[in-house]
Amino acid sequence: MSEASSRKLSDDLLRPLLETSWRFYALVAFLGSIVLMGLCTWAYQMYMGFGMTGINNPIFWAFYITNFVFWIGISHAGTLISAILRLVNAGWRRPVTRCAEVITAFALMIGALFPIIHLGRPWLFFWLMPYPSERLIWPNFRSPLVWDFFAITTYLTGSVLFLVLPMIPDFALVRDKTTGWRRRVYGALSLGWTGTPKQWHRLESAMSIMAIAIIPVAVSVHTIVSFDFSMAPVPMWHSTMFGPYFVAGAIFSGIAGLIIAMAALRKFLHLEAYLQPLHFQNLGKLLLLMSLLWAYFVFAERLTIWYGNEPSEIAVMYVTQKGSFAPLYWTMVVCNFVIPFTVLSLRKLRTISGCVVASFGVVVGMWLERFLIVVPSLGHKYLPYSWGVYRPRPVELMITVATFAAMTLLYVLFSKLVPIISIWEMKAGQHPTHAPTPAVARREAVLGETHA
Amino acid sequence: MSAVYALYPDGDSAGRAVNGLRAAGVSGDAITVITGEPIEHHEFFETDKATWMWYIASFGGLVGLLFATWLTRMTELAWPLKTGNMPIVAWWPNLIIMFELTMLFAILSAVITLLVTAGLPGRRSKIYDPRVMDGRILVGVADPADAAAVERALAGAGAAEVIRN
Repeated sequence: MSEASSRKLSDDLLRPLLETSWRFYALVAFLGSIVLMGLCTWAYQMYMGFGMTGINNPIFWAFYITNFVFWIGISHAGTLISAILRLVNAGWRRPVTRCAEVITAFALMIGALFPIIHLGRPWLFFWLMPYPSERLIWPNFRSPLVWDFFAITTYLTGSVLFLVLPMIPDFALVRDKTTGWRRRVYGALSLGWTGTPKQWHRLESAMSIMAIAIIPVAVSVHTIVSFDFSMAPVPMWHSTMFGPYFVAGAIFSGIAGLIIAMAALRKFLHLEAYLQPLHFQNLGKLLLLMSLLWAYFVFAERLTIWYGNEPSEIAVMYVTQKGSFAPLYWTMVVCNFVIPFTVLSLRKLRTISGCVVASFGVVVGMWLERFLIVVPSLGHKYLPYSWGVYRPRPVELMITVATFAAMTLLYVLFSKLVPIISIWEMKAGQHPTHAPTPAVARREAVLGETHA
Repeated sequence: MSAVYALYPDGDSAGRAVNGLRAAGVSGDAITVITGEPIEHHEFFETDKATWMWYIASFGGLVGLLFATWLTRMTELAWPLKTGNMPIVAWWPNLIIMFELTMLFAILSAVITLLVTAGLPGRRSKIYDPRVMDGRILVGVADPADAAAVERALAGAGAAEVIRN
């Protein structure tokens, strides 16, 4: 690529780091205040006790575990999608990968926080870790909750490294393009990167190995989260299809989260030239595919339970479809299937706005799906005398809202400190050897004109 | 310490410079090439491609597998409590821990290998010019035995400016 276009690309993608408007500070202050309120609420819950929540016998898992499963699901947007696109060498991945990988890192951190919040006495969290205590009592490796610890630790470590390694050459770029404190800070972060062929080859090898390793780990994480449910003999939980069902749902919600994040970045950071309609089109098609897969899983699950006609499972099925949870259930169906299918299957509607509308629907729908997996089953276990009702209390609502604010805040701060689109990968993609074929170039140009 | 280098606008001219340096008697190891992004399909960029990283990552994974096998078995036998009618050493759940630690160790091995073999963190190379970040390709030699020959080779490849520092 020419020197002028290389410089323009660097300038465009470094602009968010170097220019700050009052709106950024206002947004950070707004989101930060919500996060602070959430932390205060958590402290209040710790001080007053777990009775401040709506959790009671027999519904011991509710909002917090719903949020845990939801955020772990959202985390599947990034590393998994990015790793697959890297392995198949999809050229259109270049502006998307880092936007996606960041979601994984932050969503995993937030998701992993919820079991700790749910502990009631979070300072005893370290009991989950495998260490020899003074009485040589080790964690029980036969417990699915310990599997979670190992799976999330591996996925978080792998995802953070998968995100950070390709950032090193971009840190070197910021080092060379700035002065003052930025030069010093980014100089330290760049670890003395220069860009010799050896460094590039080692980086590419490491990224290939990590991409191969991270895909089965990502699948295992949500499978293991599903084992938290399916290992228990609870109606509508004890199912062999929960693993793939959870993984499909996670990828589904993850793609939706990614589309929303990309649309926000495109609009607020003025990245229209880089996050193009083509990227939303492709992700929209993936979202449509996952919507169909999700509908297939729901149908297979419901048909099997209805046909088996086992009383305890039928009770849970009907309370969600016809009983007190029916409004939430049918909202979920509309959000997860009707809206995405309608919007994304019609080419005219598969615009950036259409993809964002469908994605918001999916995010809402998938949160409801997690809630409907957790609460109705626990509230309708076998004998009716042990049935119960759950109503969320303000502490749970506040902490839930605060985590959405925390996710947004972390994303905003990240995009302020790190180029949100990998600059060196964009430049590498613009070398003549990477230029699209004439047919692809024509199609991209047409799509760009139609949807810009 | 001295260095002689030049910046080139594209891979072809950088390739000519590398070939010119070789023709002038400079060994391949002594030639420094620095780019702002990876440049494929150029012979001068294909150096140092061979790596043991895949083997090291596989070995790391094997170490993780063995460690997880030892950890799960040892802890279950250290406090042999029957749980859920499972055997004391329950291989089905242990497989999950073994898989996760295998992958974790493989990933960490790959990253450590990257850092060590790429010299990260490290001091910046003797030859460096921030203009590589604008798409130029740096070709040069540190501490050249015959600086004049190196200058001639670099200029002969079409460099607008040969820098000596």
